[in-house]
Amino acid sequence: MFAPTYLDHNATAPLDARVLEAMLPYLRSRFGNPSSRHEYGRHARRAIDAARSQVAAVVGAHPTEVVFTGGGSEANNLFLKGAAACLRPGVVAISAIEHPSVREPARQLAARGWRLREIGVDPLGRVDADAFEQALAGARLVSVMLANNETGVIQHTGALAERARALRVPLHSDAVQALGRIPVDFRALGVSALSLSSHKIGGPQGAGALVLDKRIELAPLIAGGGQERGLRSGTENVAALVGFGLACELAVDALAQEAPRLRELRERIERGLASLGARVFGAGAERLPNTVFFALPGIDGETLVAQLDRAGFACASGSACSSASPEPSHALLAMGVAADVARGALRVSLGRGNDARDVERFLAALADTAARLKGMLAVSA
Amino acid sequence: MPKLPIYLDYSATTPVDPRVADKMIPYLTEKFGNPASRSHPFGWEAEKAVEEARGEVARLVNADPREIIWTSGATESDNLALKGAAHFLSGKGRHLITVKTEHKAVLDTCRELERQGFQVTYLDVMENGLIDLGRFEQALRPDTTVVSVMMVNNEIGVIQPIAEIGEICRSRGIVFHVDAAQATGKTPIDLQELKVDLMAFSAHKTCGPKGIGALYVRRKPRCRIEPQMHGGGHERGLRSGTLPTHQIVGMGEAFRIAREEMASENEHIRRLRDRLLHGLSDIEAVEVNGDMERRVPHNLNLSFAYVEGESLIMAIKDVAVSSGSACTSASLEPSYVLRALGRSDELAHSSIRFTIGRFTTEEEIDYTVDLLHRRIDKLRELSPLWEMVKEGVDLNTVQWAAH
Repeated sequence: MFAPTYLDHNATAPLDARVLEAMLPYLRSRFGNPSSRHEYGRHARRAIDAARSQVAAVVGAHPTEVVFTGGGSEANNLFLKGAAACLRPGVVAISAIEHPSVREPARQLAARGWRLREIGVDPLGRVDADAFEQALAGARLVSVMLANNETGVIQHTGALAERARALRVPLHSDAVQALGRIPVDFRALGVSALSLSSHKIGGPQGAGALVLDKRIELAPLIAGGGQERGLRSGTENVAALVGFGLACELAVDALAQEAPRLRELRERIERGLASLGARVFGAGAERLPNTVFFALPGIDGETLVAQLDRAGFACASGSACSSASPEPSHALLAMGVAADVARGALRVSLGRGNDARDVERFLAALADTAARLKGMLAVSA
Repeated sequence: MPKLPIYLDYSATTPVDPRVADKMIPYLTEKFGNPASRSHPFGWEAEKAVEEARGEVARLVNADPREIIWTSGATESDNLALKGAAHFLSGKGRHLITVKTEHKAVLDTCRELERQGFQVTYLDVMENGLIDLGRFEQALRPDTTVVSVMMVNNEIGVIQPIAEIGEICRSRGIVFHVDAAQATGKTPIDLQELKVDLMAFSAHKTCGPKGIGALYVRRKPRCRIEPQMHGGGHERGLRSGTLPTHQIVGMGEAFRIAREEMASENEHIRRLRDRLLHGLSDIEAVEVNGDMERRVPHNLNLSFAYVEGESLIMAIKDVAVSSGSACTSASLEPSYVLRALGRSDELAHSSIRFTIGRFTTEEEIDYTVDLLHRRIDKLRELSPLWEMVKEGVDLNTVQWAAH
């Protein structure tokens, strides 16, 4: 089978083989419902408890602070709508570069009597501390992602959380892209809540968590049965949670080696990009080691992605969720990038399976593709 | 000697059929793409698998694949259906009708809607667990917008008159939601025939994986609901979040097998259920809970009078059964379903739900029958109440001293 080189780890990452091994018993003989009190159920319950401890440990939280969900999007929805349901309507502030699963729930709140305030970012995609402080005035909820899914730009979340705490506004941070790529510590960051996802770090799709400071009152989005301390009902997805727990542990264990390795690969890509005259978005900011979001002058991102696909490289023109829409990246627009430049954007996100050879081949293919596309442009002009 | 413990709790969850697991594994390994990725074959392959599975789910219930929305399970489907429809129609009316024996996913959602200002009527059931259609019609109001009745009850297995309720709802323009989590693969469902607008499905009750379910949303006449999970706009905006491809593939395969094998499997299961009932019928003071005719063959819910249910479950721990639904099994409250049938607290406490499934064997049933005989005899020997009954004392006339 023809297998293209996968350079789209921010969309989803391959499952770690060890994670699969850990999951398989729960798709076979260990099939109990964790709420059942017989041995089948009790075994499943113990497996979930262990997974909860694993997730808690890698983000420096207590197991009772981990609420399992069906994924990162649900965790984001749960925090925003769940916390808002327990508060009088007021201002909800979110950064201008949030994932749709934060932006859309915030918009829903705006339809229910809340006022939505957007916090701007600087040209490198970082939330401006002063703008943040201003946005917090009178706000009841605030959400700023830890690392952006497209640019990989990392926010100074610790400093933002300190300000939020001083003003007693709960700060939620979508850490879906940060987990396993940079250290994420719930206590050290000082945020009130973190959203996590399994499938971006070598775990299965269909699992995630909201790590939540228990002082934050939350109403569930899914009622009935009372699982997850009543915050998320429904029979637990045991196999996926077991996989998520182990994936967290493996990703964080490997972080010290993987982060510098991926950074080196990315820097090699960026040197190649420089020679092609590419513009790397957020280049001067602190970024995830695996992500580079760039544009080649005069070349459309969609076209480039399609050409690279033909050459055997799977990458993306932006987030997977919006990959059906031809709109330019709203994160780039928020950074002040002109719409026509933003339309040229291409995201490469590396992962455990990538090596120096992949990178060299990718750069060669990119140079080749760019030359051809430019040639076509020259001809058509 | 069968392998212990014997699993007779198929209504709590089922084993994943090995054919289902085999079909899922490639989507956990080389075919790991995000179905929303439109720019490379990893994404296309995942999307194709998702659409094939959607077709299988639709086929089992004779629906159009475009009417199937993926969710994390039946609980989420019930929440989405009820909140989604009630809120969408809140300008028209704010009254819902459901039944006291529904699953918590429906009842708790209705409670939440009540807190939001909706009114909910919780219908009683008859002694056999079925709703009385006359009473149902009497409960309808001009401002009733949504009716929710489960197809198959999770504790007693009775099948509600969905076709009749659907006719009544359709004639009055009321949205009809049906929780079919316990029905798929157990009783035929034809959504071309049934006048149902919304229907909740679960994979893990039908030999599929946990963490995946679906909501049927009728297109003609079009049923509209408000989404409850917002984000990237997956599932035509009705339910956002990355689709878990391997689980969806598993649900599709589980529903394909259910469609192809339901008829023969039900025969096998009915035979085992009858064998179980027959084997236990010579135990004194045993009663079946719920109608025996309008019932799926998988379920046998029995009350063993003068035996405390929890002690019995402990005494037969080589057989995995439950005294109620799994969701409420952590609480020591007697089953609210059995209470709704008019069973006393004592009798509800003495009840056991046996649920049989695809992998149950005759040997397992025989072992269970034998074990129950022995344990019940023993427990009743220790029971002063049983002794009194055997001596001919009418317990209802006894004045108990408080202490």
